[in-house]
Amino acid sequence: MIASKKNVELVCPAGNLPALKAAIDNGADCVYLGFRDGTNARNFPGLGFDTKELDRAIDYAHNKGRKVLMAINTYPRPHQWQQWCQAIDRSASHHVDALILADPGLMHYAATTYPDLRLHLSVQGSATNHEAIDFYARHYAIRRVVLPRVLSLAQIKQVIKNTDVEVEVFGFGSLCVMVEGRCTLSSYVTGKSPNSNGVCSPAEAVRWEETPQGRRSRLNGVLIDEYAPDEQAGYPTLCKGRYQVNDNIFYAIEEPTSLNILEILPELIQAGVVAIKVEGRQRSPAYVASVTRVLREALDRCMANPDTFRVQPAWMAQLDKVAEGACHTLGAYHRPWQ
Amino acid sequence: MYFWNRQTVLDYYNMIAQSPVDIVYLGETVCAKRRELRGEDWLDLAAILEDAGKEVVLSTLSLIEAESDLAQVKRVCQNGRYRIEANDMAAINLQKPGTSFVVGPHINTYNSSMLAQMSDLGASRWVMPLELDDKSLTAMQQQRPENMETEVFVFGRLPLAFSARCYTARAHNISKDDCGFCCREYEQGLLLSTREQQSFLVLNGIQVQSARTYCLIDQLPRLEQLGVDILRLSPQLQGMTEIIDLVDQVRHHRLEPALAAESLNDHMPTGPCDGYWYGDPGMDIRGMDIQEKRL
Repeated sequence: MIASKKNVELVCPAGNLPALKAAIDNGADCVYLGFRDGTNARNFPGLGFDTKELDRAIDYAHNKGRKVLMAINTYPRPHQWQQWCQAIDRSASHHVDALILADPGLMHYAATTYPDLRLHLSVQGSATNHEAIDFYARHYAIRRVVLPRVLSLAQIKQVIKNTDVEVEVFGFGSLCVMVEGRCTLSSYVTGKSPNSNGVCSPAEAVRWEETPQGRRSRLNGVLIDEYAPDEQAGYPTLCKGRYQVNDNIFYAIEEPTSLNILEILPELIQAGVVAIKVEGRQRSPAYVASVTRVLREALDRCMANPDTFRVQPAWMAQLDKVAEGACHTLGAYHRPWQ
Repeated sequence: MYFWNRQTVLDYYNMIAQSPVDIVYLGETVCAKRRELRGEDWLDLAAILEDAGKEVVLSTLSLIEAESDLAQVKRVCQNGRYRIEANDMAAINLQKPGTSFVVGPHINTYNSSMLAQMSDLGASRWVMPLELDDKSLTAMQQQRPENMETEVFVFGRLPLAFSARCYTARAHNISKDDCGFCCREYEQGLLLSTREQQSFLVLNGIQVQSARTYCLIDQLPRLEQLGVDILRLSPQLQGMTEIIDLVDQVRHHRLEPALAAESLNDHMPTGPCDGYWYGDPGMDIRGMDIQEKRL
């Protein structure tokens, strides 16, 4: 489905109320957030909303004409089922604008209990092709899909051409290189995964060591990286460490870098993407403000006149300042990256 | 699962045809570019295995991106003869409504409601996701839909992640589009170690596996008690005949699980793990460790 070019939404992260305000004040059309528990894929200490905060969040957003999307995008195990359903109940009673779900069990519950509540398929739902998207649309009437960060621009165009479901893509933030929803690297090492616990490479498993060779980062004992004295150390996300393969030591899976799609924004809009998502509910309100402001300006300019759209160096500089590894990539959108 | 040359694949399944294995899952699940065997080759193999008394299931890709990937999956789904294993929702969507299918380990079946959904769509068997533990399986078995078989992965390196990026090609400093099928050089995958030489992961094209071999052999009595119907062994080139034989003896109560565990140790290139089953980090060892001390 090709969307109206005027309607591309900017969807920004809100880990807490100050971040939500930062997103809305700087031009987000939608904010996405989660409860303060394992029901969402950013279950980090100090993040998320309780019921009272959700009230204030929704008031703030709705008063300014913006939307609130509630992420309940982990996969409940049998003993967690009731709690996850209650999270859906609470969201529905607070009149969120949509639920972002990954588990078909929960989709069935939401679609039958609250048939008028709009459902989005989370990136954790691993839908990378139009047949998978059609599956969720037919059975649970999902209205929008968030695509995993593994498709090339040409593949995204192909998906959009073959589906009536709205397509949202990641535009900026930390780059997950795996098919989200199908990666258990984190639980293999730490016992906690995005699917089950809403965390990847959790902080509680991180240990830093100072050694004569330099600073080392470990995740539950596994050496993720070692930094020379003059090197900037990054958070030890386990797919962004340096490892040995054959005789080489290198970033064997992915460099610490951020995804940044500004260069291909006109093509994404032309392709019919309806929303651009910013990653980073775990990041500060200052990050959210900064990224939202840049993307708002870029989107507005691009929608006003895609033919003359040029990426401003100041935008890139601003985004690189807050980017993981202080650098950026087009990731899988750009075929040679793969 | 790994990229083996044509003759290796044919020899491997010839061995399987003679083995006590009951069910064989055939087909490429990792990379759509690997075409040593074409669709009709797999069907020929399926017929040979069926003649040898095996039940054959045709597996489908775990990451479906391009239209050509979808076309490949569609052909498998519409083969008209064999059940398929779905590893992506696309495969379920491409089945004729009501056709029986297997829910593969890469479909996230984490709770009973999801399993009921799959049952309603025609699923007749599900493979427990690798992350799940004894506690979750116990609860799910209690609410298992009628006519639904349960299968558990009990031996092999764990398929932990899939990516658009090919890591074997990356290790060769070439792009996926120019991979030259370099994964062919690694019949058991390409080992990734930490900088202190701990064997950590195995790269298999776009798939990342555990270096350690998941082994639940000592839990076979427990799985039997839970009503698990099928035990899954993941293929490897070295020692597969012995591995099958050991698991077969344990399932028929002809060999003590602890003794089998000791022998299976010889067929794990970088040792065992079983943490997921106990709700621990997947790379941990609990059951096997206890046995090793006792032995």
